[in-house]
Amino acid sequence: MTGTTARRRPYGVKGAPYAFLLPATVLFLLFFALPIGYAVWLSFRKVEVSGLGLGSGARKEVWAGLENYTDALTDSELLDGALRVLGYGCIVVPVMLGLALLFALMLDSEKVRFTPVTRLAIFLPYAIPGVVAALLWGFLYLPDVSPFYFVLDRLGLPQPDLLDGGPLYLALSNIAVWGGTGFNMIVIYTSLQSIPAEVYEAAKLDGATPLQIALRIKIPMVAPSLVLTFFFSIIATLQVFSEPTTLKPLTNSVSTTWSPLMKVYQDAFGKGDIHAAAAQAAIIALATLVLSFGFLRAANRRSKQEAAR
Amino acid sequence: MPYTKRRRLVTSAVAVALGATTLAACGSSDEDGDTQAGPVSLTYWTWTPGMDKVVDLWNKGPGKREQITVTVKKQASGDTLVTKILTAHKAGKAPDLVQAEYQALPTLVSNDALADISGEVGDAKGKFAEGVWQQTTLGTDAVYAVPQDIGPMMFYYREDLFKKYGLKVPNTWEEFAETARKLKKAAPDKDLTTFSANDSGLFAGLAQQAGAEWWTTEGEKWKVGIDDEATRKVADFWGGLVKEGAIDNQPMYTPAWNKALNTGRQIAWVSAVWAPGTLTTAAPDTEGKWAMAPLPQWSDSENRTGSWGGSSTGVTTDSKNKDAAAKFAAWLNTDADALNALAKEGGIYPASTSAQLSGAFTNPPEFFANQPDFYTKAAEIAKTTAPSAWGPNVNVAYTAFKDAFGTAAKTRSDFASALETMQKETVADLEKQGFEVAR
Repeated sequence: MTGTTARRRPYGVKGAPYAFLLPATVLFLLFFALPIGYAVWLSFRKVEVSGLGLGSGARKEVWAGLENYTDALTDSELLDGALRVLGYGCIVVPVMLGLALLFALMLDSEKVRFTPVTRLAIFLPYAIPGVVAALLWGFLYLPDVSPFYFVLDRLGLPQPDLLDGGPLYLALSNIAVWGGTGFNMIVIYTSLQSIPAEVYEAAKLDGATPLQIALRIKIPMVAPSLVLTFFFSIIATLQVFSEPTTLKPLTNSVSTTWSPLMKVYQDAFGKGDIHAAAAQAAIIALATLVLSFGFLRAANRRSKQEAAR
Repeated sequence: MPYTKRRRLVTSAVAVALGATTLAACGSSDEDGDTQAGPVSLTYWTWTPGMDKVVDLWNKGPGKREQITVTVKKQASGDTLVTKILTAHKAGKAPDLVQAEYQALPTLVSNDALADISGEVGDAKGKFAEGVWQQTTLGTDAVYAVPQDIGPMMFYYREDLFKKYGLKVPNTWEEFAETARKLKKAAPDKDLTTFSANDSGLFAGLAQQAGAEWWTTEGEKWKVGIDDEATRKVADFWGGLVKEGAIDNQPMYTPAWNKALNTGRQIAWVSAVWAPGTLTTAAPDTEGKWAMAPLPQWSDSENRTGSWGGSSTGVTTDSKNKDAAAKFAAWLNTDADALNALAKEGGIYPASTSAQLSGAFTNPPEFFANQPDFYTKAAEIAKTTAPSAWGPNVNVAYTAFKDAFGTAAKTRSDFASALETMQKETVADLEKQGFEVAR
């Protein structure tokens, strides 16, 4: 009897971690690795039509090699879309994170009253779904139905067209900033709260002003949170889809392929070409990965260097 | 072949009739059981509102007799549904019956998603105008769908405001342009209408009226004629009006557009027979102030219109009960009671010519109570619908239109180059897919 347990025990110990890993691994493979693998496989194939393409057997799926990828990379529309999103990101990310940091510092300062209410008020837009937010702002941007334009008109002030040209970027960015600032503020604020009080005490004893405390102590100490929020913001920016898609019917300025993700959607569900869409999706995913992790690594290296100093 | 199939169905239906009636009486239906014998249950993807009520008529009447139960699955309309059908078809799981816009039929047929039901519904041909029926055959001997509703285009205008500004209803497009200019002079803050780039169907219909044929075949090759003379004429005409500022350039179906119609800032709309429904929700305060007239013509001697919208009922190749499905499709779109219910519940304008003047269509739409002969006029206009020519990548051409003409309308620039872009992108897509394209 002891023999059997002795023989069994090493096996049990060895197998246990794998058994615990099993559910997660299965779920990961089934709902993450498999779909991604399938998308990648689709991206290497294409549909070929023979003759007029009418009747059965006129279409068949064939191996395309890298054709979809070269098509996507040489497609000026995809590149233009990437540039548009870059322009949009250059407005959204600094403004949103700047405001989030500012609000977090203000909430953290001792002079602010009604902190919970204010915090909730700034956070609230984040709870509103992106599509609803875009619709809401869309109405406010349309001169004929917007109360702002009504006021501008009454005051005899110029009424800029926010859904056209350069202002369109501001209009879109505004929606993202309005919706995202609260979330980032909470992240930064939470990390401010975890700074030990002794640090502030020491600073005050040394005669530091509140502004100096904010600049020299608080901001450097929440730097990891700033890196994290920056990281999230880059990803969110590269994946912008619902805001321009919702504003599209309201104006001639947003095309069906305004952002790279909109192009993927258009190719898959407008043109019905899932193979081209899969290739573009793979490229976007790769670009997102490189950009965001590249940034993370650069940030980590800097903080390590600083720690070493 | 169809005959034997049908006979087999009838015999099997009779064979199990006794056992099955008790089942049907209990109100239970065979969800996905054996489809070879016994009661048949079909699934139908449609976006028509109130279709479940129309299908109830079938399930309680002819369907009950024939042991064919149809279940409606409500869907999103238009292109979204085409994609969904194609995706389902790839998995071999498309529903038995689908609603499809006419311009989507070649795409669906080209993907082998729609079955040839000429044997089952061929007799219905006489119930429809030739130009409408031809869209479901794609010029072949096959029949891929039964026409359901049509959207003959018409000219809608504010009768009261036309009187106020001394405008006449334009008979030709030349007069239409004059009317727009005259209004601009009389009331600079008002527009006759807008050129909207967000619904390609409108432009396609206008081109169709001018005699354009966007897709034709030459042997085993497709020929794309989007940049043909007729379409160019239409594009130049509207581009000219936008450029000189005679009409507005903002898209339709926006809150701003609704307001412009509701407050009389836009006083006319080139639309189709379904416009009363749209106006009811977009411009509720203008009830009884509109009137409908035939579309302006390109020359005095012509009398043609295009179509904007309209759809059909098709049977998929995945259906295990194609005969039963075809039978339902024929009933739905030719039976007087069914069409009457479709008109009442779904607000559609029937493709079946006999239904266009009966039942629901003896009185004008509520919004147009001031025009008692609305549907008499509409039926006359419907007869003048020009033939249409759809191809296997209408969706691509439509998207290209929205983007190219959207930009052109915004910058009030040349529409001709936008049309060139549309032609180029459509041809490029066909070639990319492997179609042979004639030059």
